[in-house]
Amino acid sequence: MDITCLTAVELGKKIRAGEISVREAVEASLAQIDKVEKDVHAFVTINREEALKRADEVQKLIDAGELTGPLAGVPMAVKDNMCTEGVLTTSGSKILGNFVPSYTAEAMKRLEAAGAVMLGKTNMDEFAMGSTTETSYYGVTRNPWNLEHVPGGSSGGSCAAVAAQECFYALGSDTGGSIRQPSAFCGVAGLKPTYGTVSRYGLIAYGSSLDQIGPAARDVTDCASILEVIAGHDPKDSTSVGRESYAFTSALTEDVQGMRIGIPRDYFGEGLDKEIKDTILQTVKELEKKGAIVEEFDLNLVKYAIPAYYVIASAEAGSNLSRFDGVKYGYRTEEYEGLHNMYKKSRSEGFGAEVKRRIMLGSFVLSSGYYDAYYLKALRTKALIKQEFDRAFAKYDVIVAPAAPTTAPKLGSSLSDPLKMYLSDVYTVSVNLAGLPGISVPAGIDSKGLPIGMQLIGDCYQENKIIRAAYTVERIRGYARPQLAAADEKGGRQ
Amino acid sequence: MAKQYETVIGLEVHVELAAKTKIFCGCSTKFGGAPNTHTCPVCTGMPGSLPVLNRQVVEYAAAIGLAANCEIARVCKFDRKNYFYPDNPQNYQISQLYLPIARNGYIEIECGNTRKKVRIHEMHMEEDAGKLVHDEWDDTSLVDYNRSGVPLVEIVSEPDMRSADEVIAYLEKLRLIIQYLGASDCKLQEGSMRADVNLSVRETGSTELGTRTEMKNLNSFKAISRAIEGERRRQIELLEEGKKVVQETRRWDDNKEVSHAMRSKEDAKDYRYFPEPDLVPIVISDEWLAKIKARQPELRTEKLERYKKEFDIPRYDAEIITGSKHMADIFEAVAAVCGKPKKAANWLIVETLRLLKERGQEPEDICFDPENLAKLIAMTEAGVINSSVAKEVFEKIFDENVDPEKYVEEQGLKIENDEGALEEVLAKVIAENPQAVSDYKGGKKKALGALVGQTMKAVKGKADPGTVNRKLKEMLS
Repeated sequence: MDITCLTAVELGKKIRAGEISVREAVEASLAQIDKVEKDVHAFVTINREEALKRADEVQKLIDAGELTGPLAGVPMAVKDNMCTEGVLTTSGSKILGNFVPSYTAEAMKRLEAAGAVMLGKTNMDEFAMGSTTETSYYGVTRNPWNLEHVPGGSSGGSCAAVAAQECFYALGSDTGGSIRQPSAFCGVAGLKPTYGTVSRYGLIAYGSSLDQIGPAARDVTDCASILEVIAGHDPKDSTSVGRESYAFTSALTEDVQGMRIGIPRDYFGEGLDKEIKDTILQTVKELEKKGAIVEEFDLNLVKYAIPAYYVIASAEAGSNLSRFDGVKYGYRTEEYEGLHNMYKKSRSEGFGAEVKRRIMLGSFVLSSGYYDAYYLKALRTKALIKQEFDRAFAKYDVIVAPAAPTTAPKLGSSLSDPLKMYLSDVYTVSVNLAGLPGISVPAGIDSKGLPIGMQLIGDCYQENKIIRAAYTVERIRGYARPQLAAADEKGGRQ
Repeated sequence: MAKQYETVIGLEVHVELAAKTKIFCGCSTKFGGAPNTHTCPVCTGMPGSLPVLNRQVVEYAAAIGLAANCEIARVCKFDRKNYFYPDNPQNYQISQLYLPIARNGYIEIECGNTRKKVRIHEMHMEEDAGKLVHDEWDDTSLVDYNRSGVPLVEIVSEPDMRSADEVIAYLEKLRLIIQYLGASDCKLQEGSMRADVNLSVRETGSTELGTRTEMKNLNSFKAISRAIEGERRRQIELLEEGKKVVQETRRWDDNKEVSHAMRSKEDAKDYRYFPEPDLVPIVISDEWLAKIKARQPELRTEKLERYKKEFDIPRYDAEIITGSKHMADIFEAVAAVCGKPKKAANWLIVETLRLLKERGQEPEDICFDPENLAKLIAMTEAGVINSSVAKEVFEKIFDENVDPEKYVEEQGLKIENDEGALEEVLAKVIAENPQAVSDYKGGKKKALGALVGQTMKAVKGKADPGTVNRKLKEMLS
């Protein structure tokens, strides 16, 4: 049996049953990393020795009956914008090329307490700014389905690592689609929780009011199980919310009977690849056959989401990234004369082009004289978009949408036209602006052999509805793995 | 000078709050400490760290707002003020611009014989910055983040003051209010209270405001007075020469008594304020505000009234004592223990103030236990020690907080009531001072004083001078 083909929950079960040791699981992952990493390049840092050491520690705790959860002993990876004590954390940037945090992000701490074994830190667009993982200072990550294509972004490393079976699951972060879009491109399941559900403490901020940490995994069951561990109120994050229930795995049922599903016409019009449109609508038909009530509707203000998102995210990012100045940690230029020259040179040399573009955009929209016209207007638009979703969720349990207008584009085809790249976020950014939960699940493969993702959006705190719908989609569509990962084994699970 | 000018002054006062922990993390606010020992990921601006508001800071700020007759915002927010400087670890300061905690208040001041209201425009909460330490030898600068994140309020007045005296009266009043609330110790020298002066001049009778400058780096009331006088003169001279005042920030050099331009309005920074996304709005409920109000301690005006009724001490004494919350606390404690408020007031106003002055200290520096002064008063009243010994013992209490009962016992300072022993001493003094004795007997009554002095010296002050006087007269008659 190839251990790396298992889902996280399946592996956890076998570990607890004593069929597989934690060390075996870690060694299997490391072997897969050795096999595919030179092609995929999903990792910035591989934590080989520490992972093996940790495997033995976790094994002892499992044997002693102290770790009994579904994820105990399961090897995983973390996006490189989450702080990990003693382990290099770059956020994909040169400016943090030497940054080793003194503390671990809350979400990762919770996973550690549940027995996770961290294999390493995954590649990402620099400071999560990008949709392709090509803006990373540490090289591009390639799509395991076709190495000529991007894995999506910004959590491209996390999603590619899961698809290539280098780890059993990974943490990503989603500010405008950064978990859902690469999940769709890599054919894995990725969930962005309701804003405030997972603590942001230790997540290197991009757009603070939009950022959420979430899982990228082999299937919906894994996603729900991981979310159950990482979700929870954290007094260290003022925007963290105490929720009534965290029983996400209770929603893992194949049951859409009476579920009201809304199809926003604006999401299926011009600009959407026909194969994606057909695949998703076909899947919706299957859901209808299983008892769902499907209806098309008009979601207004869709065209304002992109400008509002880029204004708000860039404004917050410009301020969030000002702490990277060469004074306290991170990159400092070699030669400089005086403080201001040091700031200028360190930041000019330390940040990449896309980050600089967004810092400039952010500084502009907050400048005196422009604040009202751009930033304040964007905040008002955000509030109106939330109202639009409120209206929709009065009628529907779940909204179905694409995760991206196309399947994964070829490497190098996106960065030359940043505006086009920004526009490709049209189906995902509204969810962040409104603070909603969204999940992307595999819905099929296009004629180029690339995965098609389907996005299910829920109202705030209604993760269980989208988990139930996604679980049902998964039963309909099954799971396919890329050739690269399954070199010795054909076909899907089941 | 042909024209008459009026000075128009508004103040921005920063006050460091007395909260034990910082405004957005759990680090200590204690002064001193080795560099960067009171720090954590939050107050050093580490990637991924997040601020969490200290509830105590809101309560102190609301208490000051209430005492300054402000409207307290029921919903207020924090904003980010963006600027690059190494003492500011995030390169933005978390402050309040759009929805500050308090607005539209006033403080009543007395200046000479006139009373007036100085209006408060707004008051907001914010975090302090770290401290840059310049190493001249190594030609480098180091940063100490111990002060980074220490909670501050900034109180912004309207331009309602017209002279340095009014400014000092306003600051004194503000300081007293805040000290009474226990919200800060307000020490200018240590920087726990800092004032920036916005000043303009205009022709007397004009209702339009002139162009103002902002003066920084004022570390004492005296420096503030001198800076106001200096800036007033500078602006009038400019106008008299037909020149214009430039709107700018100036730095006062109190040693040279001159100011230098720091930056003009043209190159004023654009702070690109926007709402702090890492913090949620603060909602001050009716219940919470009621609790803060209920906890509001007695302020000075109320105390003065009560002292008059309860202790019957002169208004002048009461004003001196209540001029410092700390001294008032000590007074009340002493009076409560010994039951002699007038005596207690006397010790504070005469001896305590004298010693403070001698040692160059402020009333806030008094550090003896009120009980020890109460004991001393009781001992004097009971005739256990005489008044000159009492003064000596008090100095020990003041400096070393000694227990007067123990101290008097150890040093053997009690009045000797053994008449036989006293008579022996007196006989000896009479024998050794024949000249004085004969002078006295010859009608020079003053000579008795010398004999009393000699006796007191011989008994080391442990006798009651009245008794000595009486006995001497008896023995010499």
